[in-house]
Amino acid sequence: MNHRKFVLTTLGGAALLASTFLSAAEPTKVGFVYVSPVGDAGWTFQHDQGRKQMEAALKGAVTTKFIENVPEGADAERIIRQLAQDGNKIIFTTSFGYMNPTLKVASAFPNVTFFHATGYKQGKNVGIYNARFYEGRYLNGIIAGKMTKTNIAGYVAAFPIPEVMQGINAFTRGMKSVNPKAEVRVIWVNSWFDPGKEREAAMTLISQGADMITHHTDSTAVVQAAEEKHKEKGTWSFSYHSDMSKYGPTAQLSGTTHIWGDFYTKTVKEILDGKWKATNVWGGFKDGMIKLAPINAAVPADVKAYVTKLQADIATGKAHPFAGPVVDQDGKERVAKGKNMSDAELGAMDYYVQGVASTLPKK
Amino acid sequence: MGLTFISSIIFATVVAGTPLIIVALGELVTEKSGVLNLGAEGIMSVGAVVAFAVTHHSGSPMLGILAGMTAGMLMSLLFGISALTLMANQVASGLALSIFGVGLSAFIGKPYESIALASVNPVRIPLLSKIPVLGPALFEQQGLVYFSWFLILAVAWFLYRSKAGLILRAVGESPVSAHSIGYGVVKIRYQAVLFGGAMAGIGGAFLSVFYTPMWVEGMVAGRGWIALSLVVFATWRPGRVMIGAYLFGGCMITQMFVQGSGAKISIPAQFLSSLPYVATILVLVLISRNRSTIRLNSPASLGQPFLPDA
Repeated sequence: MNHRKFVLTTLGGAALLASTFLSAAEPTKVGFVYVSPVGDAGWTFQHDQGRKQMEAALKGAVTTKFIENVPEGADAERIIRQLAQDGNKIIFTTSFGYMNPTLKVASAFPNVTFFHATGYKQGKNVGIYNARFYEGRYLNGIIAGKMTKTNIAGYVAAFPIPEVMQGINAFTRGMKSVNPKAEVRVIWVNSWFDPGKEREAAMTLISQGADMITHHTDSTAVVQAAEEKHKEKGTWSFSYHSDMSKYGPTAQLSGTTHIWGDFYTKTVKEILDGKWKATNVWGGFKDGMIKLAPINAAVPADVKAYVTKLQADIATGKAHPFAGPVVDQDGKERVAKGKNMSDAELGAMDYYVQGVASTLPKK
Repeated sequence: MGLTFISSIIFATVVAGTPLIIVALGELVTEKSGVLNLGAEGIMSVGAVVAFAVTHHSGSPMLGILAGMTAGMLMSLLFGISALTLMANQVASGLALSIFGVGLSAFIGKPYESIALASVNPVRIPLLSKIPVLGPALFEQQGLVYFSWFLILAVAWFLYRSKAGLILRAVGESPVSAHSIGYGVVKIRYQAVLFGGAMAGIGGAFLSVFYTPMWVEGMVAGRGWIALSLVVFATWRPGRVMIGAYLFGGCMITQMFVQGSGAKISIPAQFLSSLPYVATILVLVLISRNRSTIRLNSPASLGQPFLPDA
């Protein structure tokens, strides 16, 4: 009896020793959950670029792992739980629909730190993060306003949620700010990813006179469609999520590119150093969380200079894409002159601003 | 609305409907022989990725189509072995093939994700393409579009005017009788399944080489399932398959044109997006509402395995 007890305690002690020893030497495990395959461009691809950048920057201190193509819903909870059980100490869940599963798993694993992208629910060990994509959209709109010959821009969009509305409205306001005659037309394809449909929508807009095309969907089809029609119709495109100039070497004017690497590196480092507190990060140009895709050589130097200056002003807060007056399509003033739109108002955006030609589908 | 406008709507409609027609006609022949192959989505995916890869390496879209077709036949051969030789449940085998094909295509396609193909120039038909409005809409299309029209006529002729078609239908209606007068039921069904696979492969090739000249995982995006349901709603008639496919494509394109016109029409986009499905089902149900024609046209032994020992 005594003998057995002795063995157990020694074993236990050895295990404890081993585990403390190992934890000092072994890198921290960081897990990522992706909603789609990584692929070569798009939302998930940008997160994966960020993961790689972070792993390289913190070489030796962390190892990372990702699980791709995880549907939002019951499956997500199972997979997040699995990652936590496998000893991942930091877990990033990168799609809106993972919000509730993340919080649920987080309450069961208080020693693991979770981060949820694009959601609005925080917890003691759950941070949230998102980027101000609309800042890039505004500058894209300015380039579009200067470059258009037909004064019509086409926008292929997925679903009318605030993030997409911010993009459409910021693009429109940018375009209108330099070209009062400009109008933006929107086609909703009701899918985040359907290259065929996205392409049809782009072609439709092009055949209806749009010579500036952009998208808030996940494939490269729209940029490719513009490239194809560039010679015949003079169509230009703006990429989203990733720089897609590989798919539109001639016709892509610029774009809004997501940059997650700096954020991932900074946050993971804070946690490793024990300095992190539950955070809500919504970063833009200032924080390096978005970037303009390279500006095409076809854009005149003065336009480029104007955009560069404005980007700096947005970063310092001197300029704001939604600086008042902001007037919606029905003529109602949403933000008074001299004020900037608040984050809460941005997060609840459900209307078109003046300059969008299409009518927003009623619920 | 200008005339060029109408012309471009018709053009886009025909393009959107083409893969549906090709795949649905292949499935129609398969089902007429009494076999229900639900694997179209998976076969299309594999056809798409193989056609893309071959076109990319060889530079020849024609070789790409042939490769997509061959890949489709190999995939359907798997189904044939499972459902015809081993007599597994056809529904389950088909569903498995769909899931398998979508996954397999993602696996094969990994190295090809970053590549874009040059778009293929359309084939202009002399004289006909000069017709105002309809000329540019119908006769400046990709070769596979003309192929789909040919296929409608060919399948209709084969099924209802040729002896081989009569035998195929007999096998689908009553395999036991066909067997007892000396026809190889399983062999004929194999041929029908392979034809269906070939067409689904070509349909996939159309997507990745002509429609959106690229490969990304999941690019078939449910078109295989739509083609399958078209066959049923068209009550196994080739002409109605064409009506259904163009109606579907037409509604999709028209609602986009309405949205993109900037006109002040406030219809929920979700409703507009569901319109192609609703309209296609409604119209096909209406033209096929006669119960006796459904019973007449639907193969009596559809989905039932045949054990050739009687």
